[in-house]
Amino acid sequence: AAALPLPALASKVDDAIAAFTGGATPAEGGVTLTAPEIAENGNTVPIAVDAPGAVAVAVFATGNPETGVVTFRFGPAAGSRMASTRVRLAKTQDVIAVAQMEDGSFARTSATVKVTIGGCGG
Amino acid sequence: MASNVKPRVKVPKSASAGEVVTIKTLISHPMESGQRKDSAGQPIPRQIINRFTCDFNGQNALDVTLEPAVSTNPYFEFDVRVDAAGEFHFTWYDDDGSIYEERKSITLA
Repeated sequence: AAALPLPALASKVDDAIAAFTGGATPAEGGVTLTAPEIAENGNTVPIAVDAPGAVAVAVFATGNPETGVVTFRFGPAAGSRMASTRVRLAKTQDVIAVAQMEDGSFARTSATVKVTIGGCGG
Repeated sequence: MASNVKPRVKVPKSASAGEVVTIKTLISHPMESGQRKDSAGQPIPRQIINRFTCDFNGQNALDVTLEPAVSTNPYFEFDVRVDAAGEFHFTWYDDDGSIYEERKSITLA
């Protein structure tokens, strides 16, 4: 199949974020996304999110076949609003974290990860 | 059911009241993304862990929704506030309906 044109990809991520925020536009800042600048192996890229005051944080990949990556929801027993995991990135791309705050507002940040070997198999 | 699914969790044995403890979990699972093709060119159906939860004494600490972009052998590290002795209950939900569970207790120091 031919590669999708860029606007289609951008809107796919925007749609996924809008589905998470209920249409609200997230403000920049208030959430930290830690990811490597260069990931040699896209099959297992360590990422961490930290958003004090958040009830949930969702992570989106702009360059993967599916934009959704992982969503963390923090419950009453949570000791912080931090979580880390390992994810697959198909190619060099921006990873976006969107946090839903206790007051109902949303915050976002992004990080560019350069991927040497893509992580979606053949 | 995926073969050789084995949950592993690392929890401190004790904590002081009100302490925030860091928990690490890993479950061996292929996390077949649904994007790959077999040698005959046929797509390999998706089969992943789609949800992970950690409760402490019946209260939820973390509820994770996983997409196929989460790596093989899903790993999570997060913090739980321990106000009393009790039990952690970890649950992983597989696409095929299987549920994998692990429990760990903690005492007050």
